[in-house]
Amino acid sequence: MTSSDLTELGIKEASRLLRLGSISASDLVTAHVERIERLDSHVKAYLRFTPELWEKQADEADRRIRQGDAPPLAGIPLAVKDVLCVRGVETTAGSRILRGFKPPYTGTAVARLFEAGAVMLGVTNCDEFAMGSSTENSGYFPTRNPWDLDRVPGGSSGGSAAAVAAGEAMIALGTDTGGSIRQPAALCGVVGMKPTYGRVSRSGLIAFASSLDQIGPLTRSVDDAAVVLSLMSGLDPLDATSSDRPGMEVLNNFGGGVKGMRLGVPREYYDVKGIEAGVKSAIDAALAVLRIAGAEIVDVSLPHTDYGLAAYYIIAPAECSSNLARFDGVKYGLSEVDAPNITDEYLQTRRKGFGTEVRRRVMLGTYALSSGYYDAYYLKAQKVRTLIKRDFDEAFKHCDAIVSATSPTVAFPIGSKTQDPLSMYLCDVLTLGGNLAGLPGISVPCGTSDGLPVGLQVLGPQWGENVVLRVARAYEEASEVRAEVASVV
Amino acid sequence: MSDRDWEVVIGMEVHVQPRTRSKMFCGCAIAELNAAPNTHVCEICLGMPGVLPVPNKAAIEACLKTALALNCEIPRHTKFDRKNYMYPDLPKGYQISQYDLPMSLNGYLVVGARTVRIRRVHLEEDTGKLIHAGDKLHKAWESYVDLNRAGVPLMEIVSEPDLRSADEARDYAMELQTLLRTLGASNADMEKGQLRAEPNISIRRAGSEELGVKTELKNINSFRALHRAILYEVERQTQVLESGGSVVQETRGWSESEQRTFSQRSKEFADDYRYFPEPDIPPLELDRAWIEELRAALPELPGARRGRLVTQYALSSSDAARIVADRSLADLFEEAAAAGAPAKQTANWIVGEIAPTGKLPSGKNLAELVRLVGDGSITRDQGREVLMESVETGRTPAEIVAEHGYAQLSDVSELRVLAEAVIDSNPKAAADFRAGRKQAMQALMADLRKRAPQANPKIANELLLKLLG
Repeated sequence: MTSSDLTELGIKEASRLLRLGSISASDLVTAHVERIERLDSHVKAYLRFTPELWEKQADEADRRIRQGDAPPLAGIPLAVKDVLCVRGVETTAGSRILRGFKPPYTGTAVARLFEAGAVMLGVTNCDEFAMGSSTENSGYFPTRNPWDLDRVPGGSSGGSAAAVAAGEAMIALGTDTGGSIRQPAALCGVVGMKPTYGRVSRSGLIAFASSLDQIGPLTRSVDDAAVVLSLMSGLDPLDATSSDRPGMEVLNNFGGGVKGMRLGVPREYYDVKGIEAGVKSAIDAALAVLRIAGAEIVDVSLPHTDYGLAAYYIIAPAECSSNLARFDGVKYGLSEVDAPNITDEYLQTRRKGFGTEVRRRVMLGTYALSSGYYDAYYLKAQKVRTLIKRDFDEAFKHCDAIVSATSPTVAFPIGSKTQDPLSMYLCDVLTLGGNLAGLPGISVPCGTSDGLPVGLQVLGPQWGENVVLRVARAYEEASEVRAEVASVV
Repeated sequence: MSDRDWEVVIGMEVHVQPRTRSKMFCGCAIAELNAAPNTHVCEICLGMPGVLPVPNKAAIEACLKTALALNCEIPRHTKFDRKNYMYPDLPKGYQISQYDLPMSLNGYLVVGARTVRIRRVHLEEDTGKLIHAGDKLHKAWESYVDLNRAGVPLMEIVSEPDLRSADEARDYAMELQTLLRTLGASNADMEKGQLRAEPNISIRRAGSEELGVKTELKNINSFRALHRAILYEVERQTQVLESGGSVVQETRGWSESEQRTFSQRSKEFADDYRYFPEPDIPPLELDRAWIEELRAALPELPGARRGRLVTQYALSSSDAARIVADRSLADLFEEAAAAGAPAKQTANWIVGEIAPTGKLPSGKNLAELVRLVGDGSITRDQGREVLMESVETGRTPAEIVAEHGYAQLSDVSELRVLAEAVIDSNPKAAADFRAGRKQAMQALMADLRKRAPQANPKIANELLLKLLG
């Protein structure tokens, strides 16, 4: 088997070959590292690599495989977004302010995948503190879309999506606060899943907006997403918001097909302002495929969609303004110690360490929480959030899952939206509702528009990951659209 | 100051460290006061990126018990909030506290003749400690941060402004301490910072309904300091107002060395803490059955117990107060009384001998000791030694008395020989006594006790009088 074949494998086939002894975990790592060496100077998906980890973990995986007690992800190459803490590995949330920070702990989700045998290749690029939809807000450099290097990969988990799309990792972890897994998955033509809020422990996730953040997988198949998700789910004593529901339930009957299922198409999503014609026709085609596969497509309504974006851009910045207060230069990361006093030290450290978008959101959030404005902004936004949850509750009375485009547009040219934050914010208009309501959602590839990938989003009710995965898998099977590895150059 | 003109109005904010093994939101052990800096810290209380707070159930339970003992209402839902401000002793840049849905509301505590309304009891976390080389944060050439205390649980007990004097404020704080110790909710040791009282003080014209401008006092480390600081502050405010000035709303520190308050921070511009619900901790549902279990398990509270000791054992109210102030002393008293010891003498032994040392015998041993001294088998001085030994070894007073031959020397002929020897050895004292200076007897008795501690003092005294007569 050639090395490029090895970088196109999914978990199931790779595991079969590993257990047969046809390949070793070290072969898999080597193939991926060679591909990274060839391509990543173009894609720039990774911020840093973890050779010590991959050597140790691949050896361990090979040992376990030889012993016949290989865990489910033994030898599977994994990329980790730069917001997830890994012990001893520089973790910076894509920000200059955390340069040199090596956490003394590994977050729960990553630790669970390590226990399951995954082999970490490196840390992937992202928008600073996961704030952005293009990975252009990285404190280091922008990542490029493997399908068109002049375009963005989406964001904020753009590095993870690009790595998986380019065959630079078999699976990757991202985080999704307003669409940060699903939107880059759509733009890079891979599968990306955001679980129900509370499904996966956030311990070790450098917080952007605590009530919205969730960790999820980016893969090249729905099967792989389901497996990875099931392995990192479940109660964690280190996260009071994590649920005690069993992780394995996400797999319940997920191969059951869509026959007899009712899939809701929210008219507010279908005709969302700014949706590209090519995206719309790809979605129409996907709906037809689902209908032929036996699903009933029904109209539903999410009447408060218009207010979602506004509510999101108050709640998320409010939480971020507080979450980011700890980056003060006193304890770790960048520290402007030459400042004449503590206030100046704070100001200089944060001015130098944070990029424009982070500063903008910290200011927005601080303002929204200020006395005299709290009721008009934060409290109002929370009320809107409740209305949006009710919208979904109501819609799910009429359907089993909701389907829409993931992003109104395909990947856009690098630099085309950086001067207009509002147009960038609109990238999340179809995804952030799922975060506000805490619901599970997935993006699966559903064809192309102008040669660029389009993503189909499936949203489910709370704890309905198995429903979401079932619809996505049925679509994947019926459409014969598969996430492919981009050849890049 | 003319007491007739001004009425003192005091409300108290008391921070209490509940007795827990670990911190409020992480597994770190609570550091002793003398622990080396930053030795009781972890990624969570250091506020490192990506870590999350998980509330300590023992702290919640201590808070609920305290609230129930203070007759508070316990709402069905409560939540934590973030209080945002940046300071180097606050690792996350916010303190997790409770804002608009505290763990309890609307209670009261009876202190003497006064019923003090309790506005709320809530939970929060402590900050770290800054040590400055130089003066204050902005002028220091170097500042050190010790985060051992960061994340230590604190209950905040807020009273309404119902106290009317420094005495009442001190008694309120002492009563809280007794209550907390009785509940086992806190050691409430002021010197160790486990109970920090911050009085809000204002004065107003007697008869006025309107509250004056208040100041809040901090850095108070003892009940004595609390009392003095309030007296000082009342006097200061009175002088300000009587000389036509106005009191500035501010936080003032108490300087123990200078015995005065000084301005710390003006509250002219209200701080904006941008409180909002802590998203990392789901709202708590306070299960009714659990609350009722906690209520049912409350021990007899100090007020009730004091009353019972007075009526059941005919103790003076001051003895009852002294004994009930420490639950273990009160338990000891009742155990000894149950073992048949006379109440008054037992109370005397507890208040006079046991409380100051803090070393407690068993109730049975105390009862035996009180009996041995009471029936004249041993002297009171011997009793003290027997008590100490009994506490140390756990043996019964009777065993100790037998072993040391501590039985009193009451044999008249032996005592007469002793008394004669004392008079011979102290000719001056003897002459003084015969010349009418009765106090000279003390020196003679002292010498006699030195020669024979077990001598029955009553008989020895009579013999000396007779021989000198």
